[in-house]
Amino acid sequence: MEPLGSFQILTTAVGHFLPVWIGLVLIMGASALFKRNLSLYGRLFDSPVGMIGLALVLFWVLTAIFADMVAPFDPLEQYRALKNKPPGMFETETGQAFLFGGDNLGRDVFSRMVHGSQTVMAIAPVATLFAFMVGITLGLPAGYYGGIFDTGLSFLANLVLAFPVILLFYLLVTPEIRSTAIPTTMAAVLFLIPIIFFIVFIYCRFSTRPDLMWKLLTPVILIGGFCYLHLINAWNPAGVWMDGNTLNIFVSVVFVNSPTVFRIVRGLTMDIKTRDYVAAAQTRGEGPWYIMMWEILPNARGPLIVDACLRIGYTTILLGTLGFFGLGVSPESSDWGMTINEGRKLLRLFPWAALPPALAIMTLVLGLNLLADGLREQSLKD
Amino acid sequence: MLGFFLRRFGVMVLTAMCLTLIVFSLVNLQPNLEKLAKEQNNMRMTDQQVTIWLQEEGFDRPLLTRYAEWAGNFVTGDLGDSTRFRKPVSEIVGERLYLTGKLMFWVMVVMVPSALLVGVLAGMREGSFQDRSLSTFAIATTATPEYVSGVVFTVIFSSKLVGLQWFSGSASKAMDGITFYNFTLPVMTMAIYGMGYIARMTRASMAEVMTAQYIRTARLKGVSFRSIVVKHALRNALIAPFTVIMLQFPWLLTGVVIVENLFNYKGFGWLLVEAAGNNDIELLLSCSVVAVAVVLITQLISDIGYVYLNPRIRVKS
Repeated sequence: MEPLGSFQILTTAVGHFLPVWIGLVLIMGASALFKRNLSLYGRLFDSPVGMIGLALVLFWVLTAIFADMVAPFDPLEQYRALKNKPPGMFETETGQAFLFGGDNLGRDVFSRMVHGSQTVMAIAPVATLFAFMVGITLGLPAGYYGGIFDTGLSFLANLVLAFPVILLFYLLVTPEIRSTAIPTTMAAVLFLIPIIFFIVFIYCRFSTRPDLMWKLLTPVILIGGFCYLHLINAWNPAGVWMDGNTLNIFVSVVFVNSPTVFRIVRGLTMDIKTRDYVAAAQTRGEGPWYIMMWEILPNARGPLIVDACLRIGYTTILLGTLGFFGLGVSPESSDWGMTINEGRKLLRLFPWAALPPALAIMTLVLGLNLLADGLREQSLKD
Repeated sequence: MLGFFLRRFGVMVLTAMCLTLIVFSLVNLQPNLEKLAKEQNNMRMTDQQVTIWLQEEGFDRPLLTRYAEWAGNFVTGDLGDSTRFRKPVSEIVGERLYLTGKLMFWVMVVMVPSALLVGVLAGMREGSFQDRSLSTFAIATTATPEYVSGVVFTVIFSSKLVGLQWFSGSASKAMDGITFYNFTLPVMTMAIYGMGYIARMTRASMAEVMTAQYIRTARLKGVSFRSIVVKHALRNALIAPFTVIMLQFPWLLTGVVIVENLFNYKGFGWLLVEAAGNNDIELLLSCSVVAVAVVLITQLISDIGYVYLNPRIRVKS
């Protein structure tokens, strides 16, 4: 069959994304329709920049969800005949085209790009969430109490921040370190903090109403405990959920991000604790943790949400960097950073292998940054 | 003021000691040492032979003793020998740092003025079309990490497919002599990622200054807009970006590692990867010290510079 021309490649690629387009239209339409009832998220639809950002992010989220429907080929399947072939060539058996060409092992670049979004979506948001919980749980008391506790934690945070990121990754994400207890110990400590966060969060508000408190606490402890044992690989009835290297990367990313969150939360807490409503709560005789969790934290949410968007983007870049240096999730996977790393070796002869994942990273991070910008703009209007 | 410096300096030395201790313990993990033993002798050593070799070389002593010994040697200028290059570490590091210094210099020359220009132009009329388009441009550059822009630029400017072939996709010749042809892509790639952040900080600072009372006074006096921006606003608006530029150095370090590997420019970043990839303990330690020192010194300069530039901040002495 004749290879496809560039216009046909474009239309076919757009066609492959059909489930994504439908999802995008449904979500954006519904949100725009009910934007008056959706507070900050709804007001995002008043800012064009924020809307473009949201659309870009949603596009990749939906691509990750529908990856199997969007991608015409298996990302790992190799077709010898299409090795390093330019975009638009047909695979004879299936009759499908290699839309963005074939890579150096004869795999479909388009399908690999689509599947690569799953790795990012699985790690980046969750790692950022964990970093936020760690940062919040430590930053609130540091800012609220001050004193030696604050000095010590700030020193530790600055210590991690003074580490050049790339060096830290070269030291933490190595095959050798996996045979020691360091990653598991770090995981055991870091992942315990979110559970503590939720328990304290519920306890300090509902301790006067024990029946309600236990109703809320029981699922938290059960689900949290289950996930915790899973994460640190202490108990794995349903098979391996996260292999050693992924856990290692996950822990390192959380470890790198949490000091910055800590500093932001600490700063916000120090600012907010001088407000009148905090003084009112103190006069009412509320406990310090209640004030931190239910008075200060909700009022610090604006800057934190904005920072979370930026941070997910930054984490995406970090994961790409790791992949670029061959430290990524697993050597065979279709992770964007690793695909760029493989493709760059033959970049000047066969540029199509490295370009799609590169543009994918760029659009996703751009979307997150624009979203953060839109959110900031809208939250300042309050 | 002196007290402030001394305290900052003390904290810096303490931080440096903690960080080097962490790096030292991480590169001296047992699996790393076993790998080293096998690399230095032969790959099929028995566990017993490995243990004996480690004992003979003194690797089985307590970590803190060895750290103290290493630190002592380091301070007196003995950085040990590289197992990868079979040369004293001090020779290699100096040579590579010089090459990276050249790269950094050109990156700064390109990045700082363009970032400040974009920031000032965007911030002087907040909310205008000019502001919006320049801000979006700045956001777009922060969303483009080096390994993305490097790949895109190489395809556009040096591949046969596009056919421009203006610049070389490899900077290995730039180690002997820098030309426009072989050095543009690495410098451009690094400068673009870094400039967005500086530009946004400059914009924020400029926008804040433009709403200040003295600007309004100047405007009411009938001073022209151009003169307000250049004479009144600019000086005050550039204090904040100074800190940001200094704090940008640690970020550039990651960029250096990526760009040098992408464009095959054998500087400090390339050395770091070589050391880490080849389990070269002494070399990796020295590279880490350099990296940590760069971060801490730029932090110190940014703190001091901020106080010096901004007389409104008085230090309690």
